[in-house]
Formats: sequence, C-alpha cells, structure tokens
Amino acid sequence: MSLELVGLALLMLAVTYPARAIPLLAPRFERLPPLALDYLRLVGPAVLGAIAVSDVLVGAGADSRPVLVVGWESVAVALCAALVAWRRNLALGLLVAVALIAVLRAVGIA
Amino acid sequence: MVGIVASVAGFGIVFGLTARGAGFSIVETVAFSTIVFAGSAQFAAAGMVAAGFAWPQIVLLTGLINARHLLYSAALVPWLRRRPRPERAAMAHVLTDEAFALSLVHFHRLGFADRPGYWLAAIGGVFVPWNLATLAGYLGGQAVADPVTLGLDVVFPAAMAGLAVGLVTGRREVVALVTGVSIALAAALTVDPWVGIAAGGVLGPAIGLLMPRR
Repeated sequence: MSLELVGLALLMLAVTYPARAIPLLAPRFERLPPLALDYLRLVGPAVLGAIAVSDVLVGAGADSRPVLVVGWESVAVALCAALVAWRRNLALGLLVAVALIAVLRAVGIA
Repeated sequence: MVGIVASVAGFGIVFGLTARGAGFSIVETVAFSTIVFAGSAQFAAAGMVAAGFAWPQIVLLTGLINARHLLYSAALVPWLRRRPRPERAAMAHVLTDEAFALSLVHFHRLGFADRPGYWLAAIGGVFVPWNLATLAGYLGGQAVADPVTLGLDVVFPAAMAGLAVGLVTGRREVVALVTGVSIALAAALTVDPWVGIAAGGVLGPAIGLLMPRR
C-alpha cells in the first residue's frame, strides 16, 4: 500500500496550520487595542458573506476564468439568508434552500 | 448544525471517491482528511495529483487556498485569547469554514466564548463527519446517492450566508457584510474566488469600522 502521499499531506499541513494558528497563538494578538478588536468582530459577517457569494455566484468559464453564475442555487442561498434575517432560524433556511434545489433538479429545472 | 453535518458528510463521501479515483491508497486518503483537514484544498490537491502536478505546485496552491484561515483565527482571538496556549494550538488545527462560522455565531449569541461549544462544532460537526464520510466514500461511495442530486451542494453557501446574516447586530455589521460581499464578488470575477474571499474579508470590516456604532 502506497504511503507516499502522506508526505504531501504533511507539507500541506505545514502551509495550512500556520494560517490557522498564528493569530490564535501569537502574543501580540493577546493584547489588542479596542479598535483592532472592533475590526475583528466585523470579520465574521464579511468573510462568511464573501465565502457564500464566491461559492454560489462564481463559476469557471470555458477558459477556466471566473464567470458570474446566476442560477436557482443563488436564489436558494438568498432565500436562506432572508429566512434567517426574518425568523432567526438557520435550520429552516437550510431546509427550504435544499428542498427547493432538490425539487427543481428532480423536475429538471435546476 | 445538522445541515452542516449533512453537507460535510456528503462532500466527505465525494472526497473519498475522488481520492480513490486519483489513485490514493486508503491510508493516504485518511491522512489527507485528518492531517490537512481542509476540504477545498484536499479536492484541489487530489485533482492535481491525478493530473501529475509537482508537489511544490500543490503545496503552493494549498497555501493560497487556506490563507483565509488567518482571518478566521484572527477573528476568534477576542473570544479565545484567554484559553491556555496548548488548547488554542489544538483548536487551530480543527479551524475550518464551518467550525469558524458555527462557533462565532454561538459565541455572539451567548456573549462569551463557550469552549465546549467550539469543540462540538469543530469536532462533532466537522472533523468526525468529514473523516468518517471520507472513509465511507473510499470504501463504498459508488453506492451512495450523489449529494448534488440531493441539493446538498447548496447547504455550504446557504449556511455561510445564513450565518453571516445571523452575525448582523448593527449598522457596522451590515456595512461590513454588504461591502465585504461586493468586494469579494468583484475580486472573484476579476482575479480568483480565493482572492475575493480574502479581499472581502479584510476590506469589508475596515469599511464597516468607518460607520458610527448607532
């Protein structure tokens, strides 16, 4: 059984772990000024929103370049976000989004 | 958290299948999911291994894809900075998109850093399902329904969007979210989606800070 790629996994860890750990472990980050703390509290909504749009609105074009993709998946994600804003219930939003896409794909629309 | 677990498990199965198709042994596949533990980078690496890319190219791409974790780690500092350093070191290894999102929303809701809540989200919600599903996918993934057919591919972006909205408690958060999303989309379309996430995640909060609190 091949174990060669375990070495690659370790190298990938070597470039992934520092990104995950440096801010959490660096002493500088333990004593941040209030402005920096305010900034970091805003990172959550910004980065999660950025991940969502990058995932659902950006696809690969014919030449592998990023292209705007607006489909039923975007509608489902927007619907989930709207439901969370309205009802403060993520499970409901996810359920509606998945059900919508599953049904649309079953009938061949999405 | 159930939706996240279903999504993670669905794509863990697909990763197991992908790794097997790319010629990974079972030990190598499990090593990827436990040691690297970063879905997007794992999929990219499996594809690059299959296509015959050199390791330095794969490692470089992994570093670029996973650079966004710097933002997650930094954003958790205000909550976790009083935890013992060895514990923070362990927490860092299981810091994924999903663990970050779930724990941050949980901390905001409670108003304090809930240590068991972090571990439950990171280990119970992501690490265990991802690794069990990887193994299941490698051993018998062909028998499992395609998660895309079931609509599970929408769970991840929908959860990220929903959790982002759940973190909005005032004008600053609204501005950070809207500008972060706009910048991310523009940068993703002109450069690359990973650059978009980093740009939106860094610049959105900076613009949000310019707003008065109320």
